[in-house]
Amino acid sequence: MKIVACVKQVPDTTEVKIDEKTGTLIREGVPSIINPFDQFAVELAIKLKEEHGGEVSVISMGPPQAKAVLTKSLALGADKAVLLSDRKFAGADTLATAYTLALAIEKLGDFDLVLCGLQAIDGDTAQVGPEMAQRLKIPQITYAENVVFEDNKFIVDKLTESGLEKLQVKPPALVAVITPSDFVPGNPPFSKIMKAKKKPLDTWTADDLGGDPERFGLNGSPTWVKRVYSPPRKEKGEILTDPPEEVAKRLVEILAKEGFL
Amino acid sequence: MIEVDAEKCSGCKKCVKVCPYGAVTMADKLAVIGDECNLCGACEQNCPEGAITIQRKKVEIDESKFKDVWVVAEIAENKLKNVTLELLGKGRELADELGQTLCAVLIGKDVKSYTKVLGEYGADKIYLAENDLLEFYNTDSYNMIISGMILQFNPNIVLFGATHVGRDLAPRIASNLELGLTADCTGLSIDEGRLLQTRPAFGGNVMADILSHTRPQMATVRPNVMKKLESPTDKVPEIVEVSVNVDPRGMRTKVLERTEISGVGAVKIDEADVIIAGGRGLGSKENLKLLQDLADELGGVLGASRVIVDEQWLPKSQQIGQSGITVSPKLYIGAGISGAIQHLVGMKSSDTIIVINKDPNAPIFEVAKIGVVGDLTQVIPALIEAIKAHKAAQ
Ligand SMILES: Cc1cc2nc3c(=O)[nH]c(=O)nc-3n(C[C@H](O)[C@H](O)[C@H](O)COP(=O)(O)OP(=O)(O)OC[C@H]3O[C@@H](n4cnc5c(N)ncnc54)[C@H](O)[C@@H]3O)c2cc1C
Ligand SMILES: Nc1ncnc2c1ncn2[C@@H]1O[C@H](COP(=O)(O)O)[C@@H](O)[C@H]1O
Repeated sequence: MKIVACVKQVPDTTEVKIDEKTGTLIREGVPSIINPFDQFAVELAIKLKEEHGGEVSVISMGPPQAKAVLTKSLALGADKAVLLSDRKFAGADTLATAYTLALAIEKLGDFDLVLCGLQAIDGDTAQVGPEMAQRLKIPQITYAENVVFEDNKFIVDKLTESGLEKLQVKPPALVAVITPSDFVPGNPPFSKIMKAKKKPLDTWTADDLGGDPERFGLNGSPTWVKRVYSPPRKEKGEILTDPPEEVAKRLVEILAKEGFL
Repeated sequence: MIEVDAEKCSGCKKCVKVCPYGAVTMADKLAVIGDECNLCGACEQNCPEGAITIQRKKVEIDESKFKDVWVVAEIAENKLKNVTLELLGKGRELADELGQTLCAVLIGKDVKSYTKVLGEYGADKIYLAENDLLEFYNTDSYNMIISGMILQFNPNIVLFGATHVGRDLAPRIASNLELGLTADCTGLSIDEGRLLQTRPAFGGNVMADILSHTRPQMATVRPNVMKKLESPTDKVPEIVEVSVNVDPRGMRTKVLERTEISGVGAVKIDEADVIIAGGRGLGSKENLKLLQDLADELGGVLGASRVIVDEQWLPKSQQIGQSGITVSPKLYIGAGISGAIQHLVGMKSSDTIIVINKDPNAPIFEVAKIGVVGDLTQVIPALIEAIKAHKAAQ
């Protein structure tokens, strides 16, 4: 089974802090991590490979330092990795990102499954997966918690707003995953990190991919960011520290005033 | 692509501070843009000297070819989703400002009866596609039908709910027709005739205003953020039946099994008005009873942080947050929840947020309207008593 997993390097948004004075983001010292959803995608790809044989490729589009997430994926057990890196890719919105990733997936050759995260925690758009699937002309399943392979079909558990669906799809397909409750993103042991250094890790530029240069990066992006700003700071809330009975009285007052009682 | 004019740059470092990607550094009092740059334009807009410019492609759009505001309706459990009605409320505003028609797109099996409600909540016109094969949402068939409608009728704006269905479908259509799409918007307005789309990014730490230079302009919109019309009208919408051919072979994913949410305490939270959420601070499963009693008094439902779901005290359907459900009820009460970013992104846009936590430094206090520093096992029983007393006195 040939599987391609798409991984993105993201700032650890849990560590991002706002400068109280200027209201801007403090980026200093914020670690870059592999998008947690994508790490689950990689681990799931490796599990499927271990069960059914085959090969796992990981790809990432980003600046040179995004290599780190590929090295980690290789250490987790992926077989080969490709970094898509070129100034021409900068400023890509989801459509241009999906275009670029899809070209790379096609260049890697035949595949049975593309796994990606539902969303990247920096943008939270959840658009790149379906946009890639459309471009690759393959079916998609999003909000997936698990994938198994049976009788030449993928069986996928999908979380819906009203429960769970068990879906079936024939390869090739794209599945966008969320992290199931029992998933803890781990770190590969040092020995595996050392071994991973011997695995193939290529860098491809826009020229390597071919395609239409007008569709990469900012040029290929139909959405434009007009303005980026800190959200208006909410006024400080009311803090109650009195004994429970006093607090309860005040809460009832508020709940009544707001029409909840 | 992006250039710094060395003559103009004063070395003030404003660009370094505003860059959300940490891509700008200073060398010899001159701004230098690094590889992390995503061309978002934050530095360009904030440079007091106008020293930074991004070269953007010029795009000509024939605005006259694209008219009307569309809302793609979503039905769940034999009811229109709230978000559809909310989008009609917002869509009405946008359509009126543009002097265009508000249309709903309604797809399914025997769904004509819903046209009445769509009209009452603001739709002037409804594009209706009915077929027995469309009973349940399917990415392939819905993509084909809506893409076809867009090509045939050339709308100016198309809005989807940022639901599990909307977020599966909208990007598929966007890619099919090569259109821009803005995800999870929390604000929409008209700016010089264009749709200005506002959305949070970086876990809600920054906001971005986004424009699309393709038509139609497409966005998914967070549930519970826009307001539906307060008093439904008795308008009867015009109905345009669109004939569709659905080939079952083109529907490549098959549902083998559908399980409605189940387990003790399983209720839908995505459209609930009142949510009482518990976290690790509950200490024991028994304390869920406290929350349930409070929820009963307030006519609410139980939600949870991930920890509670991991412990299997409540089913997955109750998990609020990044890997669970995004909620924005009128009232959210959170007890024993620290407010990790993954939880906050899922509940921050709630109207009234009340939290109870022992630790005065818990990050959840930052989003709370009322923050109670205290032990939930004491505060909640006292609150329930006080509510009962209040009700008895009325
Ligand atoms: C990829 C990924 C996805 C995730 N997705 C989600 C998600 O969707 N939703 C989610 O919620 N989390 C999610 N998490 C987990 C998240 O990071 C936090 O671990 C989790 O939200 C913490 O839950 P908590 O607040 O209940 O527990 P804790 O962080 O342990 O907080 C417990 C709080 O209770 C308080 N407390 C203790 N005792 C009492 C008492 N007697 N009275 C009052 N207060 C008390 C404490 O002061 C503390 O603040 C995700 C994590 C990852 C890595
Ligand atoms: N630059 C990228 N490189 C590799 N994969 C990506 C990239 N951007 C997005 N993806 C994949 O698409 C998923 C959804 O991302 P997004 O649509 O940005 O929320 C991610 O979880 C990744 O699997």
